[in-house]
Amino acid sequence: MANLVWKSFKGIPLYVTLIWIAVFSLLLHFLDKSVLSFLGILSSIVLLYFTNTSNKIKLAIGALVLIVIIPLVAGENRYYMEVASQVGIYVAMALGLNIVVGFAGLLDLGYVAFFAAGAYAYAIFSTSQANEFIAGNLFPLTGDWFWPFLIVGLIVAAIFGILLGLPVLRVKGDYLAIVTLGFGEIIRIVFNNLDKPINITNGPQGITPIPAPELFGLKMGTPFYFYFIVLFVIAFIVLANIRFEHSRLGRAWIAVREDELAAQSMGISLLNTKLAAFATGASFAGVVGVIFAAKQTFIDPTSFTLMESIGILVMVILGGSGSIPGVILGAAFVTLLQVQLLKEFSNFLHSLQQSGIINLPNQLDPSKFQRLVFGIMLIFVALYRPNGLIPAKRKTNDLGAIKSSPFSSGKLGILSKLSQSSSTKQS
Amino acid sequence: MAILEAVGLTKRFGGLVANQDVSIKIEKGSITAVIGPNGAGKTTFFNMITGFYEPDEGEILLGGKNIKGLRPDQIATRGITRTFQNIRLFKQMTALENVMVGTHSRLSAGLLGILFHTKRVREEEEKARVEAYQLLEYVGIEHIANEAAGSLPYGLQRRLEIARALATNPQIILLDEPAAGMNPRETVEMTEFIRLLKKELDLTIILIEHDMKLVMGLSEYIHVLDYGRKIAEGTPEQIRNNPSVIEAYLGKSASEVS
Repeated sequence: MANLVWKSFKGIPLYVTLIWIAVFSLLLHFLDKSVLSFLGILSSIVLLYFTNTSNKIKLAIGALVLIVIIPLVAGENRYYMEVASQVGIYVAMALGLNIVVGFAGLLDLGYVAFFAAGAYAYAIFSTSQANEFIAGNLFPLTGDWFWPFLIVGLIVAAIFGILLGLPVLRVKGDYLAIVTLGFGEIIRIVFNNLDKPINITNGPQGITPIPAPELFGLKMGTPFYFYFIVLFVIAFIVLANIRFEHSRLGRAWIAVREDELAAQSMGISLLNTKLAAFATGASFAGVVGVIFAAKQTFIDPTSFTLMESIGILVMVILGGSGSIPGVILGAAFVTLLQVQLLKEFSNFLHSLQQSGIINLPNQLDPSKFQRLVFGIMLIFVALYRPNGLIPAKRKTNDLGAIKSSPFSSGKLGILSKLSQSSSTKQS
Repeated sequence: MAILEAVGLTKRFGGLVANQDVSIKIEKGSITAVIGPNGAGKTTFFNMITGFYEPDEGEILLGGKNIKGLRPDQIATRGITRTFQNIRLFKQMTALENVMVGTHSRLSAGLLGILFHTKRVREEEEKARVEAYQLLEYVGIEHIANEAAGSLPYGLQRRLEIARALATNPQIILLDEPAAGMNPRETVEMTEFIRLLKKELDLTIILIEHDMKLVMGLSEYIHVLDYGRKIAEGTPEQIRNNPSVIEAYLGKSASEVS
């Protein structure tokens, strides 16, 4: 019965979504501190995804909400913009990991290493740190260099991905997970210890002050600007994800995930295909790393622990491995839970404690239960939505378009022999 | 002229000799069957030809060139393709996409081309889609083009696997028990279809099959393996009357009785 109702459900009517957006943006505008209305406006993106209307309209409304409405009603509030850009950073990373785990099916537990590679690439060369090992007192660089370093971070991380992938991708499945976990930790420990004999990463002290991005003399150091930078990068990564998913390479990734033997007998080189997935996923993490370094102005190896890798993996699996909207939702949900919901709940309990209503021991502080909450969430997802919140589904091809394609006039591939043999018969 | 030639192939797994000194010549445009009792080493032989196992001894010549030691994907691009005994489709992909995967090595789109969605990449994709659809039509399952491969009934999965193999544009196709699990009517259809493949598409076909009716009716030449060795070869008529083949299948006393 429930199934029947679900099937007849075509989507949320457009007006409901529009009212939702209007109500929450007004609420946020008038009640400046309302966390709920901020969450409401963010969740309107999810609502929009399930709205019953054409993709073009969805895209237009989504862009309007993200580019105009959110900065307009929440832009003056540093905290909201900070949360929104943090959500964006994790969304971008999760989308990168989605290529490795979701598409190619390579369980990578050391993903944060590539994030670290991008972050350190910008941190080292944008501060005076690089003077330690490059003669000539050329550094620090100005914030203008942030933009080319987005590309540098991408390339550095991609190279890291290939170098790590070459030895690691010889093993499969659980073994791959363990080996990548090891490599992820190795990279972090190397960064932690690379302050001697030559001081490259400044070791556990970390690197600071990393300059904020600058464009034509405009300093873009506030969360307001980072929000837009992150949004731009996400747009790029989502576009890349969509294009890869339905391409020669994306099909090869999924084929390798589904059945390695069959993929090989279709002429797909396992190593090249897996390396491409590793490098592509890594390069996205690298770009995000550069942004992260610039946003934090300070980085040290403790930002790149195994827990980060696991957190991103949770986002991918929770949202729906291989599903682009799912991964975005998963990343947003987990990040908000971490940075906002648990923290707000903690603050709420603290305020109760201060007014003497309850007596809460410090150990029971909800913000300390992040891992427990992750665990419980994953158990529930595994039980009730084993393919994630929004499961991946393959695009159905428009058969009419195929039939009317100009290429349909003749037989292609091996079938071209067919027309030859029939035409010789006729003559 | 032999298109494919296996010379003295031997494969050992520890103490077990799965194939010993197996030499088989395949004529271009022929239908050849490799038969033998369970565990005779037929699939091991297929796996060596397609590069999944590297032979311990011997050579594999494709059109006179040695292809031993190449990876399975390299062998696939050189024109040898296969289907599997226990169907191996990409279950989550649609039928059409499964066939499109087969065109992989003939497409050229790289990372950047895909990212920038160049005109060449778009055309190539469209062409691959059309080709995949035509192949589905050819094997008669175009009506399920958009269904997930894993959800198809068994018989259609078999056809889809053949369509996918054809998409690699092969010269030689190796069919590992194409009629396994089929009812008599489906088996007859499959026999007709394999014959059509040879005739219309100019393919060289090598098959492993247990259904003797299919083997005897379809193949022009038969090689018989038993305990990893080749014990006989010949036309269906010769094989039918070969005492060592009868012995391998039915045991010693049976051949003595007859």
